[in-house]
Amino acid sequence: MVATFEPKTDYKVVGTRPIRHDGYDKVTGRAIYGGDMKLPGLIWGVMVRSPHAHANIKSIDTSAAAAMEGVFAVITGADMPKAPSKLVDLGEGNINFKWASNKLMADDKVLYRGHPVAAIAATDRYVAEEAARKVVVEYEVLESVTNVVDALKPDAPIILPDMVGDDLGEDVTNTNMAAHVRHEFGDVEGAFASASHTIEREYNMQMVHQGYIEPHNATATWDEEDRIKIWTSTQGAFPARTQIAGILQVDVSRVKVTPTEIGGGFGGKIPVYLEPIAALLAKKSQRPVKMVMERTAVFETTGPTPGARMVIKLGADANGKLTVATSDIWFEAGANPGAFIGPAAMCIYAPYEIANTRIDGWDVLVNKPKVAPYRAPGSPQVAFAMESAVDELCEEAGWDSFKFRVDNASKEGTRRGDGVLFSKIGMQEVLEAVKECDHWNAPLGDAPEGKVRGRGIANGYWFNIGLKSSANLAVNTDGTVQLTEGSTDIGGSRTSMAMHVAEVLGIGAHDVRPTVGDTESVGYTDVTGGSRTTYATGYACWLAANNLVDVLKDRVAVLWDIKPDDVDFNDGAFTSKAEAAKSIGFKELAGKLDDLGGPATSTGTVDLESAGDGFGTHIADIEIDLATGKSDIIRYTALQDVGTAIHPAYVEGQLQGGAVQGIGWALNEEYYMQDDGKMANSSFLDYRMPTTLDLPFIDTVLVEVPNPLHPYGVRGVGETPICPPVAAIANAIKDAIGTRLYNTPMNAGSILEALK
Amino acid sequence: MTTNSPSKVHVTTTINGQQHELLVPGYMSLLDTLRELIGLTGTKEGCLDGNCGACTVSVDGRIVDSCLVLGAEVNGKNVDTVEGMATPEGLHPLQQAFLEEAALQCGICTPGFLVAAKGLLDNEPSPTEGRIRHWLAGNLCRCTGYDKIVRAVQKVID
Repeated sequence: MVATFEPKTDYKVVGTRPIRHDGYDKVTGRAIYGGDMKLPGLIWGVMVRSPHAHANIKSIDTSAAAAMEGVFAVITGADMPKAPSKLVDLGEGNINFKWASNKLMADDKVLYRGHPVAAIAATDRYVAEEAARKVVVEYEVLESVTNVVDALKPDAPIILPDMVGDDLGEDVTNTNMAAHVRHEFGDVEGAFASASHTIEREYNMQMVHQGYIEPHNATATWDEEDRIKIWTSTQGAFPARTQIAGILQVDVSRVKVTPTEIGGGFGGKIPVYLEPIAALLAKKSQRPVKMVMERTAVFETTGPTPGARMVIKLGADANGKLTVATSDIWFEAGANPGAFIGPAAMCIYAPYEIANTRIDGWDVLVNKPKVAPYRAPGSPQVAFAMESAVDELCEEAGWDSFKFRVDNASKEGTRRGDGVLFSKIGMQEVLEAVKECDHWNAPLGDAPEGKVRGRGIANGYWFNIGLKSSANLAVNTDGTVQLTEGSTDIGGSRTSMAMHVAEVLGIGAHDVRPTVGDTESVGYTDVTGGSRTTYATGYACWLAANNLVDVLKDRVAVLWDIKPDDVDFNDGAFTSKAEAAKSIGFKELAGKLDDLGGPATSTGTVDLESAGDGFGTHIADIEIDLATGKSDIIRYTALQDVGTAIHPAYVEGQLQGGAVQGIGWALNEEYYMQDDGKMANSSFLDYRMPTTLDLPFIDTVLVEVPNPLHPYGVRGVGETPICPPVAAIANAIKDAIGTRLYNTPMNAGSILEALK
Repeated sequence: MTTNSPSKVHVTTTINGQQHELLVPGYMSLLDTLRELIGLTGTKEGCLDGNCGACTVSVDGRIVDSCLVLGAEVNGKNVDTVEGMATPEGLHPLQQAFLEEAALQCGICTPGFLVAAKGLLDNEPSPTEGRIRHWLAGNLCRCTGYDKIVRAVQKVID
């Protein structure tokens, strides 16, 4: 049974913009991120990494490194505990610990460039790096594959010989195809036969990286009782614990993970990379070990989101009704299975009501880093294909593409591409907001001499997730409340959590002091990801606050010598149902607690099956220099159904940040791969993310269609904003130059090529 | 590079107004000198090749990427980091504006942005939006899309 809530509007704390509780530490440099960890006797660990993308390891000689003064421990694949090949549920997706372990430290074969083959702990980073250069590895270099087309050729080198692929339920061996899924509804063939307008197009995207500014890091101790302590920048202390324990083959209770402040994640700091290795080095050296990943390795060995090949076919009737859609998508998984074809299937058709649909998705191994979630994993790719194709269908039929989007918009009851029926959603409301918004009604303006301008629009969708969260509350005698919650805070969520509690208790946001707990101070909580934190952990905080009210009613009953049932609570004050004049405020009561039974505490936990879907539409104006192909985004607006914005500034920030990551993806970002499987642009100089100079202000329109699944109507907002930009920009480029681009990045070179 | 060699450089430097006398290994960056030798971890490491700006500090009033400067190079110089921006009287107006305008999400780039923005406003009290965007282009932020960062700097000017 899922609880539902009526929308409210008369909030006191929800919807305000308090300064975040951790803000002072973060503007003064006091906040402790993973890389800032210091422990007595701390030494440094570094990885020895493969220079090849695909090779057999013939031998490793670590003797010279181990003999160096200042070196305390050296490990190789032989030191890794042997995890069984078994799928384990990780909340948001599954993990096979054998592969997860092998990804962190190669056994007898390296699968991607930068794959660790050994690790060293030494007095400091400089000594450790020098020792790493003394490790001698003999490789037998193998042919590598770095795209889905080559990887599926009959003579392709096989990346994981022991992998059994799943082709629509059939086992396949000796393949790079990890999985093939299909969803089909209605009568696709019949619908195409009767459609009056059809188009079929292919779109391709290169792999991109999350691009968080803080590199991965881990600090570990391993004591005589086999207790392992980890400090790390992670998106989820508990899922990190599950991974670390699984890779090290110890019980989860042996591992304590303390999440430090985290410098960006976007999904890429859900997997662990260094933590188990730091722990093994700590065990071997009997010292605390810290590791901080070098930026090249961040690009080459962590994170990326799949490059994709997508073929999509749409059909519509003569009245402009979208009647049928099919798509075939191939996603790069990297060197282990797990590309996001499932989410892609859920997202591709979501903004539209289409009676007849089919999607086939393939999860394909390539010699690149294993992909990790990146903000709505799988959705921006399929949005690029779908939203480009919608514009092309309309161009061919002579229809207004915005009117087409409105006329075919999904709504409550619409069936998603994977079969799920939507509950209350806000796609139509967002498109109504587009009609009203200043940007959509403003002229594009004349381009200066030698330049042209275009405008594009596109929809985006992310389903959002619920899952497990926990929160603890304790009342201080000065009337403030300590909140310990399990979600690591990447963008101000601590304050949103505190606001949930404050709204219930009728106190100020700053009367609640939020702390992100470690794995031994709060109940299990899933990752800060899936746009779930404010929704699910906020819900847990709301529950904890309501439970605290019940605890306090008992205390008021003692104070007034009445029954707890006769105590009311409204707007921060407890009153007697029998005697209206009797009233005591939350703060006053807090001061009396020591005489009324002592500490007042409560907890709230949730495990939420669904979350309420997120829809957005973006408008992009682009100006293109005809001589150079250089483009500038000159105006940009992101509109989104955000449910209820708890802290509107941080909701706007999610929309702006997601939009700009999408802009970078559209215009510049890519893994530029050499033939030998090396990434040619593995630095922030050559992997060109947007800077201040590349962008205008990013306007936002927060459309609030309260989510009935959350007490305050919260919808997850973090991921939807990265879905529309690539397509919106592709559509704007087409509008500007009259030629459509089918591949990302749509950089100056490819625009110039299109202008020829 | 022989990291075990005893060659250390005697450095006398003023950091956030306080004089420090240090023996800095010749190979050690200013970033590691601040973070590892002095314990000022407010200056962040993002890339170690001068492309992200997270380690921005001011040396004699000029902003630099401290990962590209050797600790030995700041002998006799004044180094200012994010830890030196607030005073006992309160936050620097830029720090206050970053908080009020929600100009940080994860916060890892924030110290670098603050030091860089201060470097701009110390010399040009009323920069245009274009000038702010040009000046801050050496500092990467992946969370905010820069909107609220530029607005925070503008707020201090207004």
